[in-house]
Amino acid sequence: MALLKVENLSKSFSGLKAVSNLDLEIMEGELVGLIGPNGAGKTTVFNLLTGVYVPTEGTISFKGKRIDGSPLYKVSHLGIARTFQNIRLFGDLPVIDNVKIAYHQHVSYNTLSGILRLPNYYRGEAEIYQKAYDLLKIFDLHEKEDELAKNLPYGQQRRLEIARALATKPSLLLLDEPAAGMNPQETQNLMELIRWIREEFALTILLIEHDMSLVMGVCERIYVLDYGMVIAHGNPDEIKSNPRVIEAYLGEEAG
Amino acid sequence: MSNMGKNKLPIVNRKNIIVLFLLLVVYGVVQILQSNGILDRFYTMTLILACIYIILAVSQNLITGFTGQLAIGHAGFMAIGAYMSAFIVVKMNGPVVGGLIFGALVAAFAGVLIGIPTLRLRGDYLAIATLGLGEIVRIIFLNWDYLGGATGFQVPKSMNWTWAFWLMVLSVVVINNFINSSHGRACISIRENEIAAEAMGINTTKYKVIAFALGAMFAGLAGGIYANYMFFIQPGTFSFLKSFEILVMVVLGGLGSITGSILGAVIMTVASALLADIPELRMVIIAVLLIIIMIFRPNGILGTKEFNLSFLNPKKKGEENGIT
Repeated sequence: MALLKVENLSKSFSGLKAVSNLDLEIMEGELVGLIGPNGAGKTTVFNLLTGVYVPTEGTISFKGKRIDGSPLYKVSHLGIARTFQNIRLFGDLPVIDNVKIAYHQHVSYNTLSGILRLPNYYRGEAEIYQKAYDLLKIFDLHEKEDELAKNLPYGQQRRLEIARALATKPSLLLLDEPAAGMNPQETQNLMELIRWIREEFALTILLIEHDMSLVMGVCERIYVLDYGMVIAHGNPDEIKSNPRVIEAYLGEEAG
Repeated sequence: MSNMGKNKLPIVNRKNIIVLFLLLVVYGVVQILQSNGILDRFYTMTLILACIYIILAVSQNLITGFTGQLAIGHAGFMAIGAYMSAFIVVKMNGPVVGGLIFGALVAAFAGVLIGIPTLRLRGDYLAIATLGLGEIVRIIFLNWDYLGGATGFQVPKSMNWTWAFWLMVLSVVVINNFINSSHGRACISIRENEIAAEAMGINTTKYKVIAFALGAMFAGLAGGIYANYMFFIQPGTFSFLKSFEILVMVVLGGLGSITGSILGAVIMTVASALLADIPELRMVIIAVLLIIIMIFRPNGILGTKEFNLSFLNPKKKGEENGIT
């Protein structure tokens, strides 16, 4: 069974069809890319999948359960985590707190024990801290745990967003342009990191990316979106030679 | 908190013992000065009012500074707490503690009722809606003749320095502990980035309402202390100007800083008392003071930082820097 199944998904913004009749199927453990020119509707698809937008038409099923129309936090509880194209960290909080907050849905004590400082508060906090610290270590951010997130360099902010998303313990991770603004070396490292976290956390990953070397390098399957419609779908080699994709990216051939 | 595992009672550490010691000293000194008659009634009243305003400012800060919701209806919750506790004490002949608890709970309930519809609004819209609701509360009491209406309501004086001081400590400890728990961090994440918080699985509506209700509850408690100390309450006391006064204390001390709110409340209360002899210039001087502080410290006196005694406990990995 598909982990994520999107059928006939459409979203209109007062007449403008941002996404139309999208069909998407992702199997467990896959690493899938979603590419397309600027304004093709990629981020809208992410926003539909995570519940930021309610679809105009169509259905989204995750683990066999309908999730279209569910609020964001419920989608997160079901196991879909995401990063944002325009980084949305909790900037004025320390790096470690960013990860701790994402761990909140798994916290083991309730509000009252937190206020009364019952023993399970201390146990819970110790556990949260340890988990958050371990995650930061994976992303090589543990030495900056007390720094404010907004003061991190750009590349580290991107990595922190991924670490934070992983703290929610997702089964499907959506990465929105994880390599944006990174140099080729950083992109290379990121590719390895993405492959590694997929194995380590048993994840399924869907990523939006403009950097073709990254998409072609890590993705097993690629969907190409243009004007809100899937214009091609297949493995990296098929996509590279697909004339419709070349047309969408480079424009129509003259004559 | 990794160091806490071995410790049987992690709440008993050097920092907390010293904070407790300092609190006892402050309490004891005032108590002795009072019983010797060195502090006259005016100064005692100022100190008790400072305690009441600390509760109000810290609870307003929970809503505005930590959760990021600009709500300006705190005087309304204070009024609910004041009138409801007075109702229990005067009309029901109940115990004053029962009155305080009842007042706080009714205020918290009102916080939930008001919070659910209004917390969907953002920024200035929320400010206007809560401002209006605060005034509605005042007008209800103004027209409720059973509770005195416009002429006011007499309540026997049962609160004193001991009550006000320790209830203030209790309120600050509860709010501080909440802020430094995972649930408090969930509230702070709403202030930082609501969409990201929601995407990380935080039910933002729920946590906004929790913060709002908790803030309203302590505003109600402060109202209860006020009613049972002042002999006399009337609706005019709880106008929107009171809400602004509380907000000014919070902004002055620093949004997102509990110790800042305490400082802001004390400064404003003491400044009002010191300038009581020149009422015609009082508001002018306070306004100038505020303008000067806002020019030099636009984020408030403490910003989002806490004044703390963490240097007493050498910093251990991951330990929170709360004040208690």
